[in-house]
Amino acid sequence: MSDAIIESGNVAAAMAVQLARAEVIAAYPITPQTPVTEKLSELITSGEMDAEYVAVESEHSAMAVCIGAASAGVRPFTATSSNGLLYMSEQLHWAAGARLPIVMCVVNRGIGAPWSVWNDHQDAISQRDAGWIQIFAKDHQEIVDSTLKAFRLAELTHIPVMVNYDGYYLSHTYMPFETPEPEQVDAFLPTFEYKHALNPERPESLNTVTLPDARRDVKSIQRGGYMDLRHNLHEEMRLAIKVWQEIDQEFQKVCGRGGAPIIDPYRCDDADFVVVAMGSLANQFRDVVDRLRDDGLKVGVLALQIYRPFPNSIIAEALQSAKHVMVYEKGLSYGYQGALYGDIKSALYPYPSRPCLHNFIVGLGGRGIPTESLFQTVKTACVQDEQMSPAQADEPRWIGLQL
Amino acid sequence: MPDPRFKILTSASTSGPGDAGRTGSWRVERPVIDMDRCIPAKTGKHACHLCWLYCPDNVVSKDLEPTIDLEYCKGCGICAQECPAQAIEMIPDADFIKGADRE
Amino acid sequence: MNMTAKTSVLNLTQEEFIYPGNRACSGCGLSILYRIGLKALGRDCIFVVPPSCLTVMQGLFPIAATQMPVLNCTFASTAAIATGVRAAMKRLGRDTQVVAWAGDGGTSDIGIQALSGALERVEDIIYICYDNEAYMNTGVQRSGTTPQGTLTTTTPLSGKAEASKNIPAIIAAHNPAYLATCSASYPLDFHDKLLKAKEIKGLKYLHIQTPCPPGWGCEERMTVEIGRTAVETGLFDLYEIEDGQMKLSGPSQKLLGKTSLRPVREYLEMQVRFKALSDEQINVMQAEIDQKWAGYRDTF
Repeated sequence: MSDAIIESGNVAAAMAVQLARAEVIAAYPITPQTPVTEKLSELITSGEMDAEYVAVESEHSAMAVCIGAASAGVRPFTATSSNGLLYMSEQLHWAAGARLPIVMCVVNRGIGAPWSVWNDHQDAISQRDAGWIQIFAKDHQEIVDSTLKAFRLAELTHIPVMVNYDGYYLSHTYMPFETPEPEQVDAFLPTFEYKHALNPERPESLNTVTLPDARRDVKSIQRGGYMDLRHNLHEEMRLAIKVWQEIDQEFQKVCGRGGAPIIDPYRCDDADFVVVAMGSLANQFRDVVDRLRDDGLKVGVLALQIYRPFPNSIIAEALQSAKHVMVYEKGLSYGYQGALYGDIKSALYPYPSRPCLHNFIVGLGGRGIPTESLFQTVKTACVQDEQMSPAQADEPRWIGLQL
Repeated sequence: MPDPRFKILTSASTSGPGDAGRTGSWRVERPVIDMDRCIPAKTGKHACHLCWLYCPDNVVSKDLEPTIDLEYCKGCGICAQECPAQAIEMIPDADFIKGADRE
Repeated sequence: MNMTAKTSVLNLTQEEFIYPGNRACSGCGLSILYRIGLKALGRDCIFVVPPSCLTVMQGLFPIAATQMPVLNCTFASTAAIATGVRAAMKRLGRDTQVVAWAGDGGTSDIGIQALSGALERVEDIIYICYDNEAYMNTGVQRSGTTPQGTLTTTTPLSGKAEASKNIPAIIAAHNPAYLATCSASYPLDFHDKLLKAKEIKGLKYLHIQTPCPPGWGCEERMTVEIGRTAVETGLFDLYEIEDGQMKLSGPSQKLLGKTSLRPVREYLEMQVRFKALSDEQINVMQAEIDQKWAGYRDTF
């Protein structure tokens, strides 16, 4: 284990990528991700990292380079934010359908229009249906650990993984963290392998037009149609939840850290009111919870660590004993409700106990979320919302509007 | 290596003929080579072979007496058009079919 | 530079690298150039193919027509995907040729950004653009390389108003390691240019005029004849550019010695897609060709 390093979240990500021995780095700058590409460029140019650095001309091409490299059997990496993520959207779907083991860091930022460079989660949320595994890191240590674990997850499951961390709140702030030794990472993360690696000695044509119906191949073996392949992606995404837990256990043996791969509950055991959030906001809520507890309110906060695949049964079970669940999120499905909120509501549907659910939209486009304001909101909600019916509580409430 | 619990079904094709089935069924005319005019055939020496070169579907053989693979010949007629000896004629396929039924 | 012997029909290998019975149209110009091109490239290759006629020719899952590994990709990203594959080959210490095969749409329109980036980064790949002068795979819509006056489904009645993009000139401005124009009607010329390209480091760009009977409006048997006529009228020239120097290739070079070339009208009248051209437009085309060739006679 290294001594405690104090660096920015972006540098933490770059250090994890270096330890993971990514071999092809596709780099395109976008605020607030840019320092990741700069740090990686520095590491490669100085010889501290042995990799190909490809300064692509767009994010669509950044993911293309990752797709090309992974398809040819070499570990790639890229990072992006916001509109950059959206620009590569068709490539995300492509990578998932092609079952490519690709890891990408997404430094979460609001999407235009209008332009915003500040943090919210809409970029990741808007891509939740693409078939990528989505992890949310809530501090710099998690950025390092989750990124390392993500490489292992992607390569075991052959499903691409995005590691999300908050723009500015995490990317540009400085926190202490540790990094494992290179030998520890090498033992944890074996050589990259792609099941269908392009090889003239074993030629295959990848991802060509695929019919609606199943069809026989040259050896007369029945192979699936489009729907069968896509169904397999979905099924194996569900199975990936278990694999993520196993990887976390393995990583714990190596580094002594982990134990909360799916949810990270804080003071939830006897809580009447549970706040659910992702990313740095979940850590911020711990201060809020402590203060409210001092005021005699039984509140807890549940951090969700993995958003896709959605660990519905684990969440629903964790929330069975709560009376009220308050979902705070930095993104939504426009025209209806918060994305995380909707998923939690749906997770609870088959369960005997359905706490009253509340949806709060906060921090879009980097709108400040003072801890004091969170404290007041939760406290008010705990008191008032006792009176609210689920139907009344169902409408999302926007915190911090200024008009 | 991927986890053995994962089947990882993807669109990965291996190569073989006839992806479009028996493309010979596309044609309306088929090439017929007159070996008395065909240069390699009549001289007994390898020469010309332009029909082999220009065939889009590699169904013409590079033999002294070239043969056509009728399983896959689409009947485009490029061989007939390019033959410098006018040794190839495009004959309606129907002329070669005895009886009514044909897939 | 290695001067390899010119390939003839007789010494061209009989080994085939693509299976028959594929979905290419009957008489497809791409089929000819692809089949002969593969003989030059050999088996130690990885191909990158965006949506295009070649995608259809590759076959529907799970049967492929090409015997080399092929990576199909999204429309805009051909050169970037090839970049990624090449980076992987470098890491793996392999000399495997990475060859992109894109149509004119995938090169001059939606694919131009990625191609420009790959050129600027001097990626060690071969990029082949087979130009059938419209979006043929989707049913003959106009593209950036569709010639002025051409009838397509999106330029019906009076034909395309605008002049086409001069893609070789755009590529040449990037100073590629090697640039060549070729024709599906001269497959041996294309074959030998590929052999040459394989030996060069950097981005090698080949632009192939590819006649398309359904899209151009001619009989299937006329594919080779039409492409030949395009060259013999001096409309489409076969050349190479290396180190900034342009050199006409065989079939075009031969025309330098002629006092006059076949009139371009002969080429235009072979194809229904040019039916909307007026005599005035044809005369302008002829004058441009004449001027161009006067310039060539001075230079070469």
